[in-house]
Amino acid sequence: MKKDNKKQEIASPNTSAQQIGRRDIIKGLAAIPVLGAFSYAWLRKNNIDETYRKNMREVVNLTSQPVELAPSVKEGKPIRIGIIGFGIRGKQLMRAAGFPEPTWIDEQIKAHAENKQNTNYQDYMEQEQLNIEINGVCDIFSVYSREAAIAGSNVNREGAAGKMGKEPRQYKTYLELLDAPDIDAVIIAAPDHWHAPMAIEAAKRGKHVYCEKPVSWTVPETYELVRVVKEKGIVFQLGHQGRQTESYTRAKEAIDKNVLGKVNLIEVCTNRNDPNGAWVYDIHPEASPSTIDWAQFLGQAPYHEFSLERFFRWRCWWDYSTGLNGDLLTHEYDALNQIMNLGIPGSVASSGGIYFFKDGRTVPDVLQVVMEFPKQDLSFLYSATLASGRSRGKVIMGHDANMEISDRLVIKADPESTQYKKKIEEGLIDPNTPIYSFTPGKKGADGFATATEQYFASRGLLYTYRNGLRVDTTHLHIKEWLNCIHAGIQPSCNIDRAFEEGISAHMSTKALLENRRVFWDADKQVIV
Amino acid sequence: MSKKHIIASYSNTQTFLLVALRLLLGWYFLYEGIVKIANPDWSSYGYLMDSQGFFAGIFHAMAAKANVVAAADWLNKWGLTLIGLGLLLGFLTQYALFFGMLLLIMYYCSHPPLASVTYLIPQEGSYLWVNKTLIEIFAMALLMVFPTGQIVGIDRFITKWTKK
Ligand SMILES: NC(=O)c1ccc[n+]([C@@H]2O[C@H](COP(=O)([O-])OP(=O)(O)OC[C@H]3O[C@@H](n4cnc5c(N)ncnc54)[C@H](O)[C@@H]3O)[C@@H](O)[C@H]2O)c1
Repeated sequence: MKKDNKKQEIASPNTSAQQIGRRDIIKGLAAIPVLGAFSYAWLRKNNIDETYRKNMREVVNLTSQPVELAPSVKEGKPIRIGIIGFGIRGKQLMRAAGFPEPTWIDEQIKAHAENKQNTNYQDYMEQEQLNIEINGVCDIFSVYSREAAIAGSNVNREGAAGKMGKEPRQYKTYLELLDAPDIDAVIIAAPDHWHAPMAIEAAKRGKHVYCEKPVSWTVPETYELVRVVKEKGIVFQLGHQGRQTESYTRAKEAIDKNVLGKVNLIEVCTNRNDPNGAWVYDIHPEASPSTIDWAQFLGQAPYHEFSLERFFRWRCWWDYSTGLNGDLLTHEYDALNQIMNLGIPGSVASSGGIYFFKDGRTVPDVLQVVMEFPKQDLSFLYSATLASGRSRGKVIMGHDANMEISDRLVIKADPESTQYKKKIEEGLIDPNTPIYSFTPGKKGADGFATATEQYFASRGLLYTYRNGLRVDTTHLHIKEWLNCIHAGIQPSCNIDRAFEEGISAHMSTKALLENRRVFWDADKQVIV
Repeated sequence: MSKKHIIASYSNTQTFLLVALRLLLGWYFLYEGIVKIANPDWSSYGYLMDSQGFFAGIFHAMAAKANVVAAADWLNKWGLTLIGLGLLLGFLTQYALFFGMLLLIMYYCSHPPLASVTYLIPQEGSYLWVNKTLIEIFAMALLMVFPTGQIVGIDRFITKWTKK
């Protein structure tokens, strides 16, 4: 250490402030080159990243602009709406249409007071008004009928203490509602076995229809509905709000631009693991034979004596339900039909069983459906369980790349791709990192309440984003329908798409129940 | 001249190594800060939520409040950047070290490498009690008691100017 004993000091004690010497300047600023090196390294890194992104943009040239918000619903004379069925879905639809239950508003305000992160109320109040009037409601459970009337009068979206508008009329039967001259269009949210009969009667009367999915419960009524809707020229929208999901729009663009190459296999699924997700819903304390019009609930269903279980958990019985096929497969199918124009499958095979919820239900809680699309050289695999939450995305498998879609969208190149072979060899594409990824919306966490809600959100069934704002997809779907009524055109989930959805679901159910492979005769337009 | 202005006399090698350590830490902080500033989507939310161990409750409660998260975002972005610059330039070095340690202690407390926990946010190695953060805390403590800003750094001018 001998040589090294030259001491380092700050400026000597007797130099004054004014006298900063050359030595001081050099020593004081000695670290500046390190800052220079840092800046150089930082710019270089940015440059490399930017080159990679640019490269990727050349490979996957998808729109980077957010999907535009559709124009506001026309001003002037409002469209006069009737709603049939005010259960779980009916309440959501009315809210999406701008008519929330006052109690719901109070709950959201309270939720925000307890947790500022929860902005459901603020988001909701930003939802655009659709220039509609609710003139009639019909629900055969008297408690819900009243609630529907109150929601229908909540023109200012207020809590229970707020000022309500004129109450819509409560109808005892859907036919009376459909006959009302002050109703132009109806929203149908009754159970599955009622969709087609109600929609057919509405169309016959020239009323426009927003009908919840699935489109029908039997095969014959599906044809009849298509015939009447086309004959009357009404505007028909099937309730697959996934049509409004931004990531699906992107996915479609990627398919159209052949980013994935030839696609031969699609895998979609349902995974839920709670009683609510398995349709074991609560039974309302005021429900009884005197508050429920049981005969009207049954409709075309086989006779059964009054049952609260069947009334609230009707999805568990084929007598009213379309099972996993109609309830959840249809959402996945319609998403892919939107993205890839699948049409009706050439054949369908299916199997499954009641493996977990042995509660007297007749519809399976585990189900596999395989649809073949020979024209497109494509298999579509649906796999569902209501007793495991292990989530699997929607995956579209192409020869050149694969795409996974949830509320996000991620595309990865295939290491053996032909289209990207050269770029992979040149190291310009790394098959392990996405060549495209898209996450809609704002940063931070969402105040999703329940596991089921999260399930819906991850499948794009709850919210999508427009111009960075979180928007309820159902709201957008209703808005599209209303815009089409004004413009006299058909919406995205029109009667043709509805027919494809209905037939695909019926083929799946038939394949399951008849335990055989079921075919579509495209010439005769029949299931064989 | 008061005693606190007298700086230890180091050998060349000692100075070189102490300054080098300071620059490395400065680089590290500056990069962590700049990356966050450059990424408009960055938020401390996920990190706070990922917290485990004794203090997890506090960090989770912070994450639940949007304004606290916003403040934490801001403090991290600009705190890391300014601390990094301070260490690199030898500017207000003692303060930079002090606040840097404070940040690191928070990181350590929110993600203690305990035997019983695993984190969602990937760790680049496997640690037991002692991790990179803890070592950095001690490295910075060391630099605080062996200051170098007044030898190589802008603090050299400050000492002169403030000296009467
Ligand atoms: N698009 C979606 O994401 C989505 C979500 C949930 C439900 N849905 C669909 O909405 C429909 C309703 O589901 P839900 O969960 O609201 O069921 P639900 O049982 O909660 O509600 C159905 C309501 O319809 C009423 N009803 C039954 N028969 C009637 C009749 N003849 N006339 C008038 N009202 C009648 C019932 O009293 C009940 O209030 C189902 O077909 C379902 O597939 C769609």
